[in-house]
Amino acid sequence: MKFTLSWLKDHLDTTASVAEIGKTLTMIGLEIEEIIDPSSKLDGFVVGHVLTAEKHPDADKLRLCTVTNGTDTLQIVCGAPNARAGLKVALATPGCVVPATGDKLKKGKIRGVESQGMMCSTRELCLGEDHDGIIELPLDTPVGVPLASVLNIDPVFDISVTPNRADCLGVRGVARDLAAVGLGTLKADPLVAPFASTFASPRKVSIAEDAQGACPVFVGRTIRGVKNVESPQWLKDRLVAVGLRPISALVDITNYVTIGWARPLHVFDADKLAGDMVVRFGQGEESLEALNDKTYALTTEMVVIADQAKAQSIGGVMGGLETGCTESTTTVFLESALFEPRRIAKTARALALESDAKHRFERGVDPQSPVWGAELATRLILDLCGGEASDLVIAGGMPAGNGPISFRPSRVKQLVGIEVATEIMVGMFERLGCDVLVNGDDALTVQPPSWRGDLAEEHDLVEEVARLNGYDNLPVTPLPRLSMPKQVLSAAQKSLRLMTRTLVGRGLHETVTWSFLPRAQAVLFGGGQAELVLANPISSDLDAMRPSILPNLATAAGRNAARGFPNLGLFEVGPQFHGGEPGDQTRVIAGLRAGKTGPRHWDAKPRAVDVFDVKADVLAVLKAAGVNTDSLQIVAEAPGYYHPGRSGSLRLGKQVVAQFGDLHPAVLKALDVKGPMVGFEVFVERLPTPKAKATKARSLLQASAFQPLERDFAFVVDSAVAADAMVRAAKGADRQMITDVAVFDLYQGPNMPDGKKSLAVTVTLQPMEKTLTDAEIEEISGKVIAAIEKATGGTLRS
Amino acid sequence: MDKLDELRAELLAAVSDAPDADALDKVRVAVMGKKGRITDMMKGLGQMDPDARRTFGAALNALKDEVAAALDSRKAAFETAALNARLESERVDISLTARPETEGTLHPISQTIDEVIAIFGQMGFELAEGPDIEDDFHNFTALNFPPGHPAREMHDTFFLPEREDGSRHVLRTHTSPVQIRTMKSRKPPIRVICLGRTYRCDSDMTHTPMFHQIEGLVIDTNINMGHLKGCLKEFVEAYFEVDNVPMQFRPSFFPFTEPSAEVDIGCSRKNGELKIGEGDGWLEILGCGMVHPNVLKSCGYDPNEVQGFAFGMGLERIAMLKYGIPDLRTFFESDLRWLRHYGFGCLDVPTLTGGLTR
Repeated sequence: MKFTLSWLKDHLDTTASVAEIGKTLTMIGLEIEEIIDPSSKLDGFVVGHVLTAEKHPDADKLRLCTVTNGTDTLQIVCGAPNARAGLKVALATPGCVVPATGDKLKKGKIRGVESQGMMCSTRELCLGEDHDGIIELPLDTPVGVPLASVLNIDPVFDISVTPNRADCLGVRGVARDLAAVGLGTLKADPLVAPFASTFASPRKVSIAEDAQGACPVFVGRTIRGVKNVESPQWLKDRLVAVGLRPISALVDITNYVTIGWARPLHVFDADKLAGDMVVRFGQGEESLEALNDKTYALTTEMVVIADQAKAQSIGGVMGGLETGCTESTTTVFLESALFEPRRIAKTARALALESDAKHRFERGVDPQSPVWGAELATRLILDLCGGEASDLVIAGGMPAGNGPISFRPSRVKQLVGIEVATEIMVGMFERLGCDVLVNGDDALTVQPPSWRGDLAEEHDLVEEVARLNGYDNLPVTPLPRLSMPKQVLSAAQKSLRLMTRTLVGRGLHETVTWSFLPRAQAVLFGGGQAELVLANPISSDLDAMRPSILPNLATAAGRNAARGFPNLGLFEVGPQFHGGEPGDQTRVIAGLRAGKTGPRHWDAKPRAVDVFDVKADVLAVLKAAGVNTDSLQIVAEAPGYYHPGRSGSLRLGKQVVAQFGDLHPAVLKALDVKGPMVGFEVFVERLPTPKAKATKARSLLQASAFQPLERDFAFVVDSAVAADAMVRAAKGADRQMITDVAVFDLYQGPNMPDGKKSLAVTVTLQPMEKTLTDAEIEEISGKVIAAIEKATGGTLRS
Repeated sequence: MDKLDELRAELLAAVSDAPDADALDKVRVAVMGKKGRITDMMKGLGQMDPDARRTFGAALNALKDEVAAALDSRKAAFETAALNARLESERVDISLTARPETEGTLHPISQTIDEVIAIFGQMGFELAEGPDIEDDFHNFTALNFPPGHPAREMHDTFFLPEREDGSRHVLRTHTSPVQIRTMKSRKPPIRVICLGRTYRCDSDMTHTPMFHQIEGLVIDTNINMGHLKGCLKEFVEAYFEVDNVPMQFRPSFFPFTEPSAEVDIGCSRKNGELKIGEGDGWLEILGCGMVHPNVLKSCGYDPNEVQGFAFGMGLERIAMLKYGIPDLRTFFESDLRWLRHYGFGCLDVPTLTGGLTR
């Protein structure tokens, strides 16, 4: 919302400076976007008087002038064709900064003659585009006074108005708010007084029954004998200053009232209308060429203003081109109506149509304004265009605004923490336009004005007091709190942070990718269901909620490879989605390793990443989460986007808590990325919640005094036998004595029968009470061999 | 006895003449071994008369000790030489690179979350999270968004397909629904921060369709707007690690708070560098206000009995401001170079006692 200082001062009696007004607007919630004030750049510029102007001795096109600033006479070389003796000019002396260039003016020599100043053009001062010559001030302008004081400069304010303050979409509303905060006094507004009509309107208006909710009141008036002249300069200047193009007096007046009073209006050329006017809904097949030269189809959801022939205006949004006012208009039908905000918003959105009227109607126009708006516009039209006005024709009725509010002054202190005297609050409310009744010590009845639809309840008034009293004046009170902070993260939240940082410690880079991806990729990972496809995606690349994080990591790794970084590990902690209802999501830690284990090195030869890299990642994450990894079961099963022979899952009981493996080559191909890529997914919410322990004390350490010993056993087993089965069997042979079993050799090849492999384990025995005898060791070895044979069907290699 | 002197000279010469450890060992065997010369002479002592045996025996023992010492010393010298030779042969080019190790990085968003939690945790806020897919009630209605509000339109909000009952779920446009879920599931006093992914139909230089928000909510019987100012002042100064950051609270409008405010912090911009806490510029960082009575009511609270404040800000925005990250979109690009440059180490755990940032 833009307006100029002089426009504001039509409504506000104030001596405040532009800067003060700007600061105050921001601090009462009408945030300044920009102040355009050319006079702020005219420090040092004064009014000069050209005493003499001769031809420059060495240049035909230059003039050598003597100019007085009231105290000194300066010699100035000037190139302007209009430089002549007797002119009053805009004079810059050395030290002044020329606004257009930002250069500081210095004494100089031009064609060998000293020039001690500069006479400026409009463009050089950023006051306009004119650069044909220097500014010629009125001849009675006093010499030596600051230039800004004699120029007709009208600073422009641009404020952003929050959606609740429709009243401040008019200059008068802004002036009222500034007056309420004490930056001046609101002037009376004689233009809105009732107007004496001279004849009965030949044109009647009505509102179709079904449209009365959408347009509660329509006020019209015929004005005849007008001359649609060019607007006077003051009006054109204001409209240009706020970014509007002056068209003709009739049109300019409607814009002027829209911006000055937040009261949108429309003027029809009455001679182009057929009979009485009716407000009704569009009829489906109907369309209208609007004032912006575009044609719009009018649905049965849209309110139109129609004559007896057809729709002539999109109610509250834009008028029709055909019945618009032109130079030849002599009879006007003025419309000042009220429209229901939501329907205006919907209509404008459906038509993708913006207008100053729509902007105001969708936020709420003063319901009492149709009549005074019509009177105001009539007065301006008759002033500028002449003619005579009929009586008002009114359909419907102006709705009542909000009712009175019971207000307890004590609520201010309670809610915002500041003490404000009741009489000060009463003054604020009254300056805002409220009627206030004092009913007791802590009881006011406040009737808000019709234009403040946002004031409906007690807390709305508390906000007004806080706002006008100034947020800067609110106390700054630290939150009361415990003297020693307590742990605030839950066990699960704490554990998630440990898991995350564990992966960082393992060399993976955490990343954050979109929660959505292309539907085709979602399908590859078991997703893409209709209920998880966005109705309005930002692009077709981001249209489905992700069923897994892995495709995003794989394509991210692919992009990095394309940039020259093929070897890397990425992980992300975030949601994946399995249904369209709130809560149909799972928190996953997903990781991906791509390429080789490291760079080429003179000693450590990198190898391609493989499934055991991600198996280690998964186990580290689970361990960080406090899972006893011995109780995990490993199974060679994983979803289809993994390599069927190089992937697996870890289960706790029946729950799959993690899965990992090579990504399926077909999936990599479909994602258009190069392998090898290995990935993992840990399902965070399926992990047991770490339980708070009663004591932080650890169990007692039982360290044996006796040396542990190791025995190796090599077996020939079927190729299909899982190493894990062998390890578990060996561990189970003597749970007291055997503390560790590890596979240290795997052999498959020429010296093995078909379908067989050799697996060797080393078993660690840890005696606790005495050194083991050979016989005892033999006995345990026998148990290990028997257990492995039983579990695997293998035979001990001799 | 001259015989012994001769022998001494001979044996010591043999020891010192031995060219290497093997030759020296042969000398040892020849002298001290079972059939060695000194051993033989020791054996001969038994046949001597007691007086001669005493004097000769003593001299022989002395000789034996002397030769043994010479042997040991010579042997040690050979070992030292051998070790030195081995060490010389083992010399490596220590300018070669060590074996590579990969260092991972934590995303700036995660680090910022941990920093924010460290600060608000100290003020007694717990951490609450909620679903990304939300229903209309939690995302809009309970938060006092009127019907027809622009945020309810497809222009701003991501919608899922229409459900059987004709309603449509949304991707939450803010983390405020978590506040509603929190209030509906428990009784005041409440101090929570809600954070997570949020979504809006917007994608340009300064907007991404997904971003992160953090919101705070305090509900009690006596929490007023002064506490809001105090809480945010403490947060801003702790987070940016600058004392006395100028702050400006401006009246604003949000459906879910009243009074509402936007908060600016003082900053300077010189030569493209942003400095928080100095200069005469203002930078908007968050929105806040007293929780609207309609919100309290929709959660089953009586606005005459309890009240409180809420605030919300963009995590990417405060991370960008603190760490000088110029472009929002880069947060989601997974560019390894960016992750390495702006990421954090696993041991960079922010604490208030040790400082938030290294």
